[in-house]
Amino acid sequence: MAGKPILHYFNGRGRMECIRWLLAAAGVEFEEKFIEKPEGLDKLKNDGSLMFQQVPMAEIDGMKLVQTRAILNYIAAKHNLYGKDMKERALIDMYSEGVADLGEMIMHLPLCPPAEKDAKLTLIREKTTNRYLPAFENVLKSHGQDYLVGNKLSRADIHLVELLYYVEELDPSLLASFPLLKALKARVSNLPAVKKFLQPGSQRKPPTDEKKIEEARRAFKF
Amino acid sequence: MAAKPKLWYFHGRGRMESIRWLLAAAGVEFEEEFLETREQYEKLQKDGRLLFGQVPLVEIDGMELTQTRAILSYLAAKYNLHGKDPKETVRIDMYADGTLDLMLMVALAAFKPLEEKEESLALVVKKAKTRYFPVFEKILKDHGEDFLVGNKFSWADIQLLEAILMVEELDASVLCDFPLLKEFKTRISNIPTIKKFLQPGSQRKPPPDNHYVEVVRNVLQL
Repeated sequence: MAGKPILHYFNGRGRMECIRWLLAAAGVEFEEKFIEKPEGLDKLKNDGSLMFQQVPMAEIDGMKLVQTRAILNYIAAKHNLYGKDMKERALIDMYSEGVADLGEMIMHLPLCPPAEKDAKLTLIREKTTNRYLPAFENVLKSHGQDYLVGNKLSRADIHLVELLYYVEELDPSLLASFPLLKALKARVSNLPAVKKFLQPGSQRKPPTDEKKIEEARRAFKF
Repeated sequence: MAAKPKLWYFHGRGRMESIRWLLAAAGVEFEEEFLETREQYEKLQKDGRLLFGQVPLVEIDGMELTQTRAILSYLAAKYNLHGKDPKETVRIDMYADGTLDLMLMVALAAFKPLEEKEESLALVVKKAKTRYFPVFEKILKDHGEDFLVGNKFSWADIQLLEAILMVEELDASVLCDFPLLKEFKTRISNIPTIKKFLQPGSQRKPPPDNHYVEVVRNVLQL
């Protein structure tokens, strides 16, 4: 029997969190090896474990996978969370990429120089309210189904719900005018595997601590 | 008979160029509508054709697809350029994502102030020489085959050629330490569909110039 996937990353959300969510939602147990010092990262690089000298890296099915999207695509396909055909997959990809774009903005907020932070936050609020949440609310409205694509849970729902938690952390009122998204969030959160992941003590990582990020920045020079 | 795919974008490379390459390499004829005015862009948005209010937009097989990677994945799968099994697909995804990251850096550099732009482009060349091209040279060396994955032409090969040519525009000597990539470049360039695309008068777009940047800024109100 194949071993559990092993995730190599820092002990924080960053670019690995969406992978943790997807594995957890798929009911897949996984291990984590946290990179705590530059030496840890150097070792992985010198071992030839990181194709482009970067993490995330996921050891899965005998492979050392890098590039967040490649990893997500592989997991989604393996666990039937990628639609039933090419057209459903295209929709799922389109929605997932939109989630990733907003997610990226939110992820980078703690890294923003203090002088730029307010402007960045305003931009994020504006895009959330006027671009991204309406798009997804409209998708759900247009077909009236429980999930974004093909009336079945897919990675798109998981990525979106993860994002909704981050939006809520930023400002709960941002979700106020999106009843269908709130319903999706509740529905997906109640799936047994997701419910478990949302509980304290799971492998889900907390919001990025600004102090920790500063330390990481200095240690890893980014 | 199915209609030709229709591409909506600015008259330049940007985020659409990899899509043009993939279609051309697959021997698929496509039409293009170029965004030149703010009014055209607003009409696309008002008509609800841009899921997240953004281009690229590709009309294909009755769908209005946005999000570059979603479009590329769909096309790769449709034209049998995405590997024969999940393990090949994930390798193609890893390689393609890496080269796409590199090429997007070039696309975005065009919009920076001159000094930053030069710095960005120098960084692209550095990354190509130290992070990306060594990896692909080694892949080709290790298996001794003509193509990156599965001894068969794939999306990964198309992206790598596109990236090589793009970086060569910045530094003509960039392949001097990579003999297998030089051979690869010649070999892939000689594939009939690609050879045709590389000839003057094809739908391949030139590097971004000031006029292009101005049009984009105007249309998107950046």
